[in-house]
Amino acid sequence: MKTILIVEDSATTRSLIRAVIDEIGEFDTVEASSGFEALKMLPQQDYDLIITDINMPDINGLELISFVRSNPRFSHLPIVIVSTERSEEDKKRGMALGATAYVTKPFKSFELQEIIKKTIGA
Amino acid sequence: MKSSKKEFIAEAEELLEESQRLILEIQDSFSAGVNPDTINALFRAMHTLKGVSGLFGLQGITNLSHALETLMDDVRLGKIEVDGRVVSFLFRNVDILKDIVDKLSQTDEETDSSAFIGDIESFRESLKGGGQPEAGGHGVDESIMKVLSEYEEHRLKANVKAGKGIYLAKAVFPLETFDTSLADLTKVIKTKGELISTLPTSTDVPEGSIGFNLLFGSPASLGDVKKDLPYDVELLVAPQSEEAHPAAPPPQPAQAGAQPETHLKSTTTTVRVDIEKLDRILNSIGELSLAKEAIRRIGTEMTETHGHTSLVYDVHKITQTLERRLAELQDQVLEIRMVPIGQIFSRLAQVVRRYSREIGKQIDLVMYGEDTELDKYLAEEIIDPLMHLVRNSLDHGIEPPDVRRAKGKRESGTVVLKAYQKGNHVVIELKDDGGGIDIGKVRKKAVEKGLLRADEELTEAETIDFIFTPGFSTKDVVSEVSGRGVGMDVVKEKLAMLGGFAEIETKKDVGTTFMLTLPITLAIIKALVVRVGEERFAVPLTSMSETLIVEHSEIQTIEWKEVFYLRGEMLPMIRVNRFFALPEGESDRSFAVVVGFGERKVGLLVDELYGQQEIVIKSLSEYLKKLRGFAGAAEIGKHEVILVLDIESLIDESIIKQRGAAHV
Repeated sequence: MKTILIVEDSATTRSLIRAVIDEIGEFDTVEASSGFEALKMLPQQDYDLIITDINMPDINGLELISFVRSNPRFSHLPIVIVSTERSEEDKKRGMALGATAYVTKPFKSFELQEIIKKTIGA
Repeated sequence: MKSSKKEFIAEAEELLEESQRLILEIQDSFSAGVNPDTINALFRAMHTLKGVSGLFGLQGITNLSHALETLMDDVRLGKIEVDGRVVSFLFRNVDILKDIVDKLSQTDEETDSSAFIGDIESFRESLKGGGQPEAGGHGVDESIMKVLSEYEEHRLKANVKAGKGIYLAKAVFPLETFDTSLADLTKVIKTKGELISTLPTSTDVPEGSIGFNLLFGSPASLGDVKKDLPYDVELLVAPQSEEAHPAAPPPQPAQAGAQPETHLKSTTTTVRVDIEKLDRILNSIGELSLAKEAIRRIGTEMTETHGHTSLVYDVHKITQTLERRLAELQDQVLEIRMVPIGQIFSRLAQVVRRYSREIGKQIDLVMYGEDTELDKYLAEEIIDPLMHLVRNSLDHGIEPPDVRRAKGKRESGTVVLKAYQKGNHVVIELKDDGGGIDIGKVRKKAVEKGLLRADEELTEAETIDFIFTPGFSTKDVVSEVSGRGVGMDVVKEKLAMLGGFAEIETKKDVGTTFMLTLPITLAIIKALVVRVGEERFAVPLTSMSETLIVEHSEIQTIEWKEVFYLRGEMLPMIRVNRFFALPEGESDRSFAVVVGFGERKVGLLVDELYGQQEIVIKSLSEYLKKLRGFAGAAEIGKHEVILVLDIESLIDESIIKQRGAAHV
């Protein structure tokens, strides 16, 4: 089963994203509550997709994307940004750094599900 | 979806509390220059709230937090400068959000917030242009610029504009421990200036390690910066010379080393648990205790039938182990429910600071014993009564500055909040150095209201007690704070509901002290189970002093009161069956449970005593709450529920009855 790493500092949003993914019923999820935690969790197992927020304390989503892209072990990983329209400018920067897609919060379940399926297949 | 809604409310409440704390910090520092991290944290709180509420389709909260987020975005990007108006505006709107979330949690309905959005927009427009845009040229390499978020880019430019030097520190840490090492490094950098961005990297980094490029601004020179940073540090933009002298004053140099662990750790090691879940564990422990009692009984029976064999010995031993472990388990769960009272105090401090400004009085707030621990449930329940008392002190206790000056007092008043543990209770004291309560006036008012005969002698304490009567007010003590609908009587009622009580000490022109005494926890208490007619009730042991056997022939009636002479002292008696209109028992002797203290000591007449038991008190539903005489319900044994007597209200009722009778 493919595994998705969810990086998001809001616990509620995290569990909502998880619920949306669970609804597809074909992926495992692992959650990180901050950029730091994501850095710790990345080497611990293989992931197939990263879903990340941009606006987070400690290191932000852009820094995380840049790290993932620069590291040969992870550079191939697709990354989906889930962020609010406030971060429009930051979203552009994220895409420039190599993010695969983005979803604007608040999102509809099917939007995120479509993008996940399109990115890593059902 | 129900439980995630709960999760949302918990997170929203947390975010709004954090916001209030941050606004307070901004209020305290805006004249000297607010730490950009604080402003960014407030922006983030609004941003997160907007994101989460949006996912739940809560349009009102989303729109309002969005408007505030936009305002804070302008502030953090330097387009709006913070002043007193901005601070008051933020306080007010976070309060509005809190109200909406409160209502949502109570009624499951979201209040319309559209009326406030326009206000925020026009307020924001009116302030725009206060800040100045920063210069474009900063001379930092494009490869660094492209990973900065818009905000980080702004902070970089703001640092350059302020003549700070821009530095890049490179550090490599083992993967296992990078968070603590990085936290330490971050701390050192923050003593030098402002950390702008932390960029993780794996370029030129050995296997099993992780590298970080930390971009920061500092007024110090490269040499000074390097002194405490044993890492590769590169100067990107030189600081302007007049500030490049020896390590310029860092934001908070003194505490830098002594600061407790940063918050990095806490995000991963703490969990948020609904208090109901802890209650469920306590219930299970209660049931296990019953099972343990059954084993003990079997052990005792076995001793009688088999004598002291090794098997019987084993049963006793296992019973003891069970008992010890269960007690430990229970203590641990109770400990989890405890929160430091400082959490409440800081919320009260916010009220004091804001409210004193509103009414134009200067108040010095002093707090002691913030570490004193109290059950989370009690802490939440006691905050409103405390808030009421604090406002009362500010409104009517502390005199206006000119009056104070005339009395030869310092112009600013002092309010002291103090908490300490006393046995199984926590005492919270609220003391002001205001005008005190005028006992003469209270007495006069009580007579006017027909609560007291003009010739009746009362002690000072008894007289002051009248302020807890519903609708009672004098010019010095307004029982109901204007428009807020909470009276002193509500304070007293709430305390009684929580198994606590209030005392007042007051002296004219010196001040007033309210002392609230509360049990440390309500979660598990020891209670005596008694029978009245066919009903069983629980009497909390905390309010009980002894039990007696009383022959009905020994009960005398003096001045309409039924009394019993206990060691020569008159003890008023309450027949519990009559109180609740239950059938009279047939026996001509009863048990008396002596409850209350001092002048409020009474005997409760019951038919039978069943023994002690630990119980978990559950509050009654709204519908049943109006019944006088019950503090709640508790489960004993297998799904059997009994009512817990509210001793304070039983005593009150009997005193009122006696007074009433005496006045006939």
